[in-house]
Amino acid sequence: MTETQTIDPAEVAKFQAMASEWWDAEGKFKPLHMLNPTRLDYICTQIAAEFDRDLTGPEPFAGLRLLDIGCGGGLLSEPMARLGAEVVGADAAERNIPVAQLHAEQSGLTIDYRHTTAEALAAEGERFDVVLNMEVVEHVADPLGYLTACHDLLKPGGLMICSTINRNSKSFMMAIVGAEWVMRWLPKGTHDWAKFITPDELFDLLRRAGLDPVDRQGMVFNPLGWSWSLSPRDLSVNYVTASIRRD
Amino acid sequence: MDNPARSAVNRAMDTDVLIAGGGLNGTALALALAQAGLRVILVDPLAAATRADAGFDGRGYALSISSQRLLAAIGIWERVTAQVQPILNIKVSDGRAGEGPSPLVLEFDHAEIEEGPMGYMLEDRHLRPALMAMVAETGAIRQIAGASVTGHAAGPGAVTVSLSDGSELTAALLVGCDGKRSATAQRAGINRWGWEYGQSSLVCAVEHELPHHGTAQQFFMPPGPLAILPLPGNRSSIVWTETTAEAARISALPDEAFLEELRPRFGSYLGEIALAGARFCYPLSMSVAHDYVRDRVALLGDAAHAVHPVAGQGLNAGLKDVGALTEVLVRARRRGEDIGRIDVLRRYQSWRRFDVVTLALAMDATVRLFSNDSSVLRAGRDLGLGLVNRLAPLRRNLIREAAGLTGEVPRLNRGLPI
Repeated sequence: MTETQTIDPAEVAKFQAMASEWWDAEGKFKPLHMLNPTRLDYICTQIAAEFDRDLTGPEPFAGLRLLDIGCGGGLLSEPMARLGAEVVGADAAERNIPVAQLHAEQSGLTIDYRHTTAEALAAEGERFDVVLNMEVVEHVADPLGYLTACHDLLKPGGLMICSTINRNSKSFMMAIVGAEWVMRWLPKGTHDWAKFITPDELFDLLRRAGLDPVDRQGMVFNPLGWSWSLSPRDLSVNYVTASIRRD
Repeated sequence: MDNPARSAVNRAMDTDVLIAGGGLNGTALALALAQAGLRVILVDPLAAATRADAGFDGRGYALSISSQRLLAAIGIWERVTAQVQPILNIKVSDGRAGEGPSPLVLEFDHAEIEEGPMGYMLEDRHLRPALMAMVAETGAIRQIAGASVTGHAAGPGAVTVSLSDGSELTAALLVGCDGKRSATAQRAGINRWGWEYGQSSLVCAVEHELPHHGTAQQFFMPPGPLAILPLPGNRSSIVWTETTAEAARISALPDEAFLEELRPRFGSYLGEIALAGARFCYPLSMSVAHDYVRDRVALLGDAAHAVHPVAGQGLNAGLKDVGALTEVLVRARRRGEDIGRIDVLRRYQSWRRFDVVTLALAMDATVRLFSNDSSVLRAGRDLGLGLVNRLAPLRRNLIREAAGLTGEVPRLNRGLPI
């Protein structure tokens, strides 16, 4: 058991402003909010299938211990906690932790947010049923080392969901030119296109990290409906995978 | 660690959804949400028994297929099937009092669409108590009757709702089903646009000598339309629209004098007619909310859009709102989203608003066109009605639109579980 993070009252106003920014559907994180229902649909379907849970019932993820790596303001941690999972949210950016903590308290949710990394948690011997590894792997210096730590964080039979961005001319146009330069959805320099990973490369890395990749799907932006959807065929830009730790 | 009893979810909130207004839409929404696993509090200023005891007053609803399917999906239809009258065909004609209907008649027959009857007539005295009774039997719905909502404050995790009895309740979402003068909308700072038509509808039920064979008649008269809608047995529901001054005059007449005014318009195709039940007079107006949602607040039914009830589409639009809002909220809940957040609620708004504004404007145009006594327009209408009869695809679309089967139809309105 970890102690609840305590927040210095003098800092609350600043954290409140940052939490409002993270959770403003029309603000700086609008692209994440737009993508979120689609990411959540994939995550929920995979967890329900792997752990035989009924998504129509109350708190279907009760009893599952879940780690959200790169939790930010808690956009994934909160839905997982609301579905009954025991959630640890980890972020390498220290300033995100009290912000996420404050928002969870306001939402009436109990979430264990920590300023730490996947490697540090693995070294501490932490184990989880589910690891969410969403839009992180394209930012790390050593993908194989990072995915190996993710493997170590899973209990045998555990499930990891990992999403990232494909590397091809289309993803350069969409994720760098479109999202960063034209739409300014993301600050310039958010992504380094050379670090993007193709689905085959990711499956190869996952296997070398000791995991068994079992599913992959594209997340496709439809500019007409201004919304995202899952596609079993179009993995050309954003995509998401599921893998299992067997041993 | 793996102790399911130690829930991460704060159950301190009083409910998931608090509904202000226990009318037809409010009760249908409460049932749909509760059946999908959400906790509901339903608040209405009137006692449930008072609301259910509507008595016999002759008011009836022309339910579209999409409404019938929603009522079936929430378990209401099986309780009222003995009291419904299927509408097997609709005749639309253009007429002038004293001259009788124009020979050119626009006729829609249920054989032209595959879904069966074009709609169903159901009286208020059967539908309302069925909804009330089922709400009372549903454990996940807590009813607070005899109190009204007096205020609300949307916070980061919940909305705090104040009641007239001095109590306060917290919910993830407040839904205003409180009619076209919605106090919920006013308190949320949502403005409306709309206008009066200078027309009023006289509503009553009549008994007639001859069977109606499930035919609904719509006569377009210069002051406004007269709809004759079939009820079970040799009875029909009348919606008779006149200018507000004329409607007030007719409404004030004693029953026999009222019938003397009605007979020449009604015609003799159903034989002798007599009044069956009370008479009502409703002024017609259009009132549409600028927005259907705010943070932690949603409007539904007449609170969002009250349209001219020329084709009985008010309740049908409300029940489509019920289907859409339920589907949006249940899907959000199943993926762990906060159901009161504005980005979740906007999905409901964008789903329903286009549909409703289109319908409102189409209704408005229909009323203005057919309420005009210009002989040029009248000739054009005769020609128009004659032409529509010859164009099978257009006719099919008009029928499907009236049946509520166009656009992206919510699952409950297709009779499917969510």
